[in-house]
Amino acid sequence: MSAAVDVRQVCKRFGSLQAVDHVDLRIEAGEFFGLLGPNGAGKTTLINLLSGLARPDAGQIFILGQDVVTQYRESRRLLGVVPQELVFDPFFTVRETLRLQSGYFGLRRNDAWIDEVMHHLDLNDKADTNMRRLSGGMKRRVLVAQALVHKPPVIVLDEPTAGVDVELRQGLWRFIQRLNSEGHTVLLTTHYLEEAQALCNRVAMLKRGKIVALDTMKNLLNSVAASRVQLRLSGELPAVLKPQLVEQSDDSYTLALASYPALETVLAQLREANIAVLEMNLQEADLEDVFLQVVGAA
Amino acid sequence: MSSSFATLFYKEVLRVWKVAFQTLLAPILTSLLYLLIFSHVLEEHIQVYPGVRYTAFLIPGLVMMSVLQNAFANSSSSLIQSKITGNIVFVLLAPIAYGEFFAAYVLASVVRGLAVGAGVYVSALFFAVPPMLHPLWIIVFAVLGSAFLGALGVVAGIWADKFDQLAGFQNFIIMPLTFLSGVFYSIHSLPEFWQGVSRFNPFFYMIDGFRYGFFGVSDISPWFSLAVVSACFAAMAAFTLAMLRSGYKLRL
Repeated sequence: MSAAVDVRQVCKRFGSLQAVDHVDLRIEAGEFFGLLGPNGAGKTTLINLLSGLARPDAGQIFILGQDVVTQYRESRRLLGVVPQELVFDPFFTVRETLRLQSGYFGLRRNDAWIDEVMHHLDLNDKADTNMRRLSGGMKRRVLVAQALVHKPPVIVLDEPTAGVDVELRQGLWRFIQRLNSEGHTVLLTTHYLEEAQALCNRVAMLKRGKIVALDTMKNLLNSVAASRVQLRLSGELPAVLKPQLVEQSDDSYTLALASYPALETVLAQLREANIAVLEMNLQEADLEDVFLQVVGAA
Repeated sequence: MSSSFATLFYKEVLRVWKVAFQTLLAPILTSLLYLLIFSHVLEEHIQVYPGVRYTAFLIPGLVMMSVLQNAFANSSSSLIQSKITGNIVFVLLAPIAYGEFFAAYVLASVVRGLAVGAGVYVSALFFAVPPMLHPLWIIVFAVLGSAFLGALGVVAGIWADKFDQLAGFQNFIIMPLTFLSGVFYSIHSLPEFWQGVSRFNPFFYMIDGFRYGFFGVSDISPWFSLAVVSACFAAMAAFTLAMLRSGYKLRL
């Protein structure tokens, strides 16, 4: 079976900037995939290459087996993209905008689905409002609706929750998770790492146009020496433990742990130094730790 | 006819209709002001064709000038607005072939050009009623001329990065070519040199052929004008399609 997204040795250069550098990436159908990286890492360029907004200098990209260059009409029908910029057409109402977008994709009588999408994105009350009169958050909802209006099997969300309130975020993720559970593949870029951690099964991290990490969320979280222990002690931290010290405030010390068994070593060393543990708090690694470690080191 | 093309065409026409005051009524009023002033000043002094009042002579020229200018304005302004506001992305993300993109923008330009032209013609009938001896020629030149300008508008709208550049294109290319095309005069009234120069202006053939449809008289054979205008449109269409196919300034 064809991958939902298959990127093969793709390169894209803008002047002296190598925006995407020999990227290989395969996203299977039905995945909820995260594409992460700092600003300027090449995430949006890669999405532009998938969607045909940019053309690769080298390599090939397939959407469910359709080449985005030679079979661009087929590949675009399979893809729904929420662009990062808050763009809209000021001439039309919300419903007109969605009908037009639907028509571009060959669906001229699509009001039942348009109504459903508007309902899930809480847009029903604004159906006949001109796009100019919507708040930023509402415009963002319409962008999401436009991407979903042709029920694409592959949904690309380029920072869809930037600048939107918590209520929309939760509603949007519920809807997207439902679509994902129905078999739609989701490719998400976001700077909200807690969202990516909660939603994505697999993640790729980009830096300067290259993939520097690609694995399941579980493996990535396990890969870092990212467990930490916060201790309140009866005395000074022994010198032998100082290399593990991450943070200190008064009598509270946060130490990095390479693994859970390392905690036993820390406690043994404290006992040896006759220092009592007054309080202990074990902290789990999160995606932010992974991100900082992987992207910072690469 | 594909749904993508039909929707894009409908969107472009709907856009014109939504701002009809600016896209339809304003240019009709401008043309009527030209007619009012020029016919009032020159009516008694000039007779271009025997037995034809100057005001009647002027009407087809003004109608065609409106058709051409508005056809150009339609595609060029729509595209540059979409580019600058960023909403062109909705069209670029869709499975629309470059030929459909071209046809939708050009056809919408033809519709606006013809709508403004019809408005100018009907309003001008209050001043004079020119005969309409060969309606088919009128339709052929109006459609071909507006299609040529619609395609030129696509090129200009894609090429221009700022409204300034588009205004330059309009003021330094479109306006001079339309004014120097025989809208207000017959080129036979020009000195030899300028008659020669006029023959390199494609707008001259559009207006001369269009006027032939009304009076059955023209500076040049309408068949020759038809050949020139058809060739110009074919060349412009080929150039525009090649530009769209390359993704110039639309796809990075």
